[in-house]
Formats: sequence, structure tokens, C-alpha cells
Amino acid sequence: MLGLVKFLFLIMISLSISFSSHAENRKYNIGKIATKIEIAGWDIDVRPDGVGAPKGSGNAIDGEEIYVNRCASCHGDFGEGVDRWPALVGGDGTLASHDPEKTTGSYWPYASTIFDYVYRSMPFGEAQTLTHDETYKIVAYLLNMNEIIDEDFVLSEKNIGKIKMPNAGGFSLPDPRPDVTKYKDGQPCMKNCNVPVKIIGKARDIDVTPDDEKS
Amino acid sequence: MTDKKKLISRRSLFSSGAGLGALALTTKSLLAKEANKKNLPPNVPEWTEALGEGVDVNPYGMPSEFESHVVRRNVEWLTASTESSVNFTPLQDLEGIVTPNGLCFERHHGGTTIINPADYRLMINGLVDREMIFTLDDLKRFPQVNKFHFLECAANGGMEWRGAQLNGCQYTFGMVHNVQYTGVKLSDLLLETGLKNSAKWILAEGSDSSGMTRSIPIEKIKDDCIVAWAMNGEALRPEQGYPVRLVVPGWEGNMWVKWLRRLEFGDKPYMTREETSKYTDLLSDGNARMFTWVMDAKSVITSPCPEKPVIHKGFNQIRGLAWSGRGKIKRVDVSFDGGKNWNTAQLHPPILDKSLTRFTIPFEWSGEELLLQSRAIDETNYVQPTIQELQKIRGVNSIYHNNSIATWLVAKSGKVDNVRLG
Repeated sequence: MLGLVKFLFLIMISLSISFSSHAENRKYNIGKIATKIEIAGWDIDVRPDGVGAPKGSGNAIDGEEIYVNRCASCHGDFGEGVDRWPALVGGDGTLASHDPEKTTGSYWPYASTIFDYVYRSMPFGEAQTLTHDETYKIVAYLLNMNEIIDEDFVLSEKNIGKIKMPNAGGFSLPDPRPDVTKYKDGQPCMKNCNVPVKIIGKARDIDVTPDDEKS
Repeated sequence: MTDKKKLISRRSLFSSGAGLGALALTTKSLLAKEANKKNLPPNVPEWTEALGEGVDVNPYGMPSEFESHVVRRNVEWLTASTESSVNFTPLQDLEGIVTPNGLCFERHHGGTTIINPADYRLMINGLVDREMIFTLDDLKRFPQVNKFHFLECAANGGMEWRGAQLNGCQYTFGMVHNVQYTGVKLSDLLLETGLKNSAKWILAEGSDSSGMTRSIPIEKIKDDCIVAWAMNGEALRPEQGYPVRLVVPGWEGNMWVKWLRRLEFGDKPYMTREETSKYTDLLSDGNARMFTWVMDAKSVITSPCPEKPVIHKGFNQIRGLAWSGRGKIKRVDVSFDGGKNWNTAQLHPPILDKSLTRFTIPFEWSGEELLLQSRAIDETNYVQPTIQELQKIRGVNSIYHNNSIATWLVAKSGKVDNVRLG
């Protein structure tokens, strides 16, 4: 009953909005005013500060079973990644190495992004089928496997914007490009330029090009 | 009856028991080497004696069967599934600056979404005066623009940071295409919704199963972004976002959200998965650059190239493409000796803002080894860098934004290889 009252109330609000702003300051008078209900169904993004996080909660203990059922076939029981599907756990201290491992723990700067992404597009091929509580539980499980929160920490809309991720400070802004040698007049060397011309590698020797292009 | 038989026999020659790849090779080799003398002067060719197919045999026309090798191709080992994957435009087989719609490379994160246009809605919400919903018909009633723009994936050439890895123009440069878009300027849509002063960012969101999302600053939105429904004069192809995609001229392709369903205005960036864990440029010190949106000037020699060996001694043409996310291409230089000496190529109009530009330069080949390179210069005087110049600043783990000069080695046999100089 309460739900019905709420629904009618929202309908009234949306009608009043559409009447009051009809054609007002609109140049072309094309399109319709969106209702709050319509927006609520599609507005699913969650920002780093937690704005947009839906009501719900869950901890890693409860997340394990959901993760194993819905995520592990691609990402592995321990988040290690199966075949070429991405690893979600580990990679600490590898970002400056020859083979960086960019996981939710080692690279992702915001916990909100994990929630946003898992809710909107995971499991792969079953997007937006998880409940908000299930999503909080899965994110808590990933954060726990990456040793960011304890297993009984209850993740919710109230605290997802406050989780400190290990690599939060690992990104630089703004874009410093153009960052390579600049020629004030757009006139680089044209004759007898001092450049290395020794062949140090051939793609043919690496031999990873798909077959139909081999000669 | 006789005519029909001839038609059938001619067609069966090229299709009997052959897969696509084999067919392509057969066609190529027949074209290049094995002309049927019965069709050559002074004989009357068999196709002259028979009638051709009537109108409407192909209500939507397709390329000649002899062009079946001109297709998009992927590199299977690159990705875990074809639904979240990429293929490449066959630049080596294209002329001019327009990419045919069916050859525009595909990059999906959740497969090609199929949307009935009757069910299509674009929602604009957040920091606007009026949160609104538009149908496809609504969008088409607004003032429209028609603009050519290149779209390049930020990871184009991403496999080549450490060395020459893939032996083909298609695989090393083919994550770019160039079409004419028809749509409504996003700034015109904002005249309808109004915009609050506090709005500094937009979140563009797709309705595909990846729910693709990117943040774009308000300055770019007001400048030149387009909500587009057509490419090269026809509706967007499904794999390019049918019925509606976002066009973000000169900026990395991932931001051109396909199957666009929502634009939310906010006061801060949203830090989506695609702009934090992906499409950020990891430097050698372990820090990463974020929001590197512009695609810097780049060029490629599309012929000769590994797929297009030099066959004839004597007079030949070098053909290529150049582009810049910062404006128009001003000049392209070509080197035959690995960058020691350069010659300025001819640019072919139209030379458009943030669009592919065609260049050519003739050369005489007497069978010597060549190290072919091209170097683009844009109207901001930015000069396309060498890979060493990029590596010095960014290391080799960046994945994205490799706009360096490539080298094609032309061997004495005429065979062409992707090589790294150092």
C-alpha cells in the first residue's frame, strides 16, 4: 500500500514537472520531460565520493559464495584469472616492473568504480542481473582478497566512497602532451639526419601475426 | 541457357570448395599472375558474350567477388572472447579518405547490440534545467551537421611499444576509420534541456551489455561533440552503435559511446572503469597518466606495406594516410632510408579538421633495399615522433597512444616487413 502511495506521489510530481516546464525556455520544443521513475531505472552510476551508490550492504564472508557462483569461472577462485580473463587480485608492487599486473587491488584507484562496473556489466553476458546487496558482497570479497578490508567489514552505500585504495595516488593529471620533441616551426631535420637505421627487430621473426597474412 | 551456364561456370571457378582465406588468395593470385589468355586481346572476353545479372539481384550492393580479401581481421590471441574484442580496418586496400561502412574496425566490450529504433531512447539527466528523453525521430528534427572525422582506438599500435610485433599495416594501424557523420550537435540538445552553471562533466553511457561509460569535460561537449545517427549517408551500422552513437572529434575512440542511451551532467568526473583501470597510460615509474584524450598526429604508408609488396621495378606510388586529433594535417614527409633523408609528399584535398588525409609520393625502384617511413606534421606544428622519443618519456608499458613512426623494410625481392630500427 505504501508502495502504491509512493508511486502515485511520484506520478503527481512528474506530471507537475512536465506541466510547469512545458516549452519554457526551450528553443525547439522537442522531446519529453523524463520522470523521476524513468531516471531512477537508468541512472546507475556511482562516483568516487559515493554519490549515486544505491542502498544496500554486504561483507566478504557472504560474498564468497556469490563470487564462486557468478565470477570464478572466468576470474578464478582466488581472483587469479582463468586463461586470458583478467586477474582481479594481486600485482602489488609490479606497476613499475617489466610485466605490470593491473588488478583491482594493485591498480584501480576507487572502490566505487568496482561497484559501478560489476553492477552495470558483470557477470559477462548477464549484465545488471545482480542485486545491490549481491554487488556490495562481491565488491567486499574482492577488497578483502586484496587485503584492503577485513572479511567482516560491511560495505554499504554509506562507506563505499571512503575506502582507500592502494593505488589511489598513482594517477597524474592533467595530460602533459605534447610531451615529445617539439619543433617551434614544424620544421624537423630533412637531410642527413642523425638517426639509428640498424634493423634491431622484425615482426616476421616474432611470428605472432595471424596466418593469412604470412607470405 | 548457354548464357546461364557461362555465368555459373565463371562463378564456380572462384567458389568451389574454398574458404574465405583460400578464396582471397586464389583471387589475388589469379589477378596478379594467372590471367586467362582467352580473355585477353585480341580475343573477346567471355563476359562480353554473356549477359550479366539483372537489377535487384543484390538489392543492397556488395563489393566485387574479386575483392573478398578486403575484410576486417582480428588477432585471436589478443583477447579472451570475440564479444569483448577488436578487429582491424584493411587500410592497405583502401583509397581516398572515406572508410566504407562495412570495413570500419569494430571494438566491442559486450558484443554488437541490436536495438529496434522504435525502442530507442536518449535520456539526459543530472545538472540540467529539464531532465529529458528523446526518441530517434526527435533527434532527427533538430538542426543537423554533416562532418568527416577519424575515429582511432587509443590502443592502435599498442602491440608495437616494445618492438615490431605484428607483420601488417592492418594489424599495426587498422584501429582507425574515417566516415562522414550526420547528427545533432550536443550543444543544440542542451538548448532544449538547459544547463546548470555547476555542470562541468558529462557521463556518456551506452545501453550495450558492457554499459560503456566515459566522462567528458563540458568544454569539449560545448565545442564539437555530435549525437550521430548516420555514417557515410546511411544509418549507423549495428557494430558502430545503431541507432545512435556519440562523436567526440579527435579524441580516443573509447569515448565515442555506441548505442548511446544516457548523458548525465555532473560537477565531477565519474572515474569509470574505462578511464581508470583502462585507457590510462602506465609510465615506467609505475605512475599512470589519466584523461589522455587527444589522439596525436600520426601517419602510415598503406602501400607498399607487408600486405602489399613492391612488384614492379621502375615508377611506383607510395600511398598513405595521416591524421591529427589537434586539427588539420599540414604536411607529410616520406623517407626511403630509415629517416636520414626526407621528401615532402603530396596531400590530396579535402584536407579536413580531425579527419584522415590522403598523401602520395612517387618513387623509382631499381630493386634496392628501402626503409620506408612517413612523418605527419599537423597545423599546430606537432611533428609525429620516433618510437625512441616516445619510449624515453613514457617507457614501454603505456599500451595506449603509440603514434610513433613505423618502418617498412622493402627487401630486394620486393617483400615488405614491419621492422624496428635502433
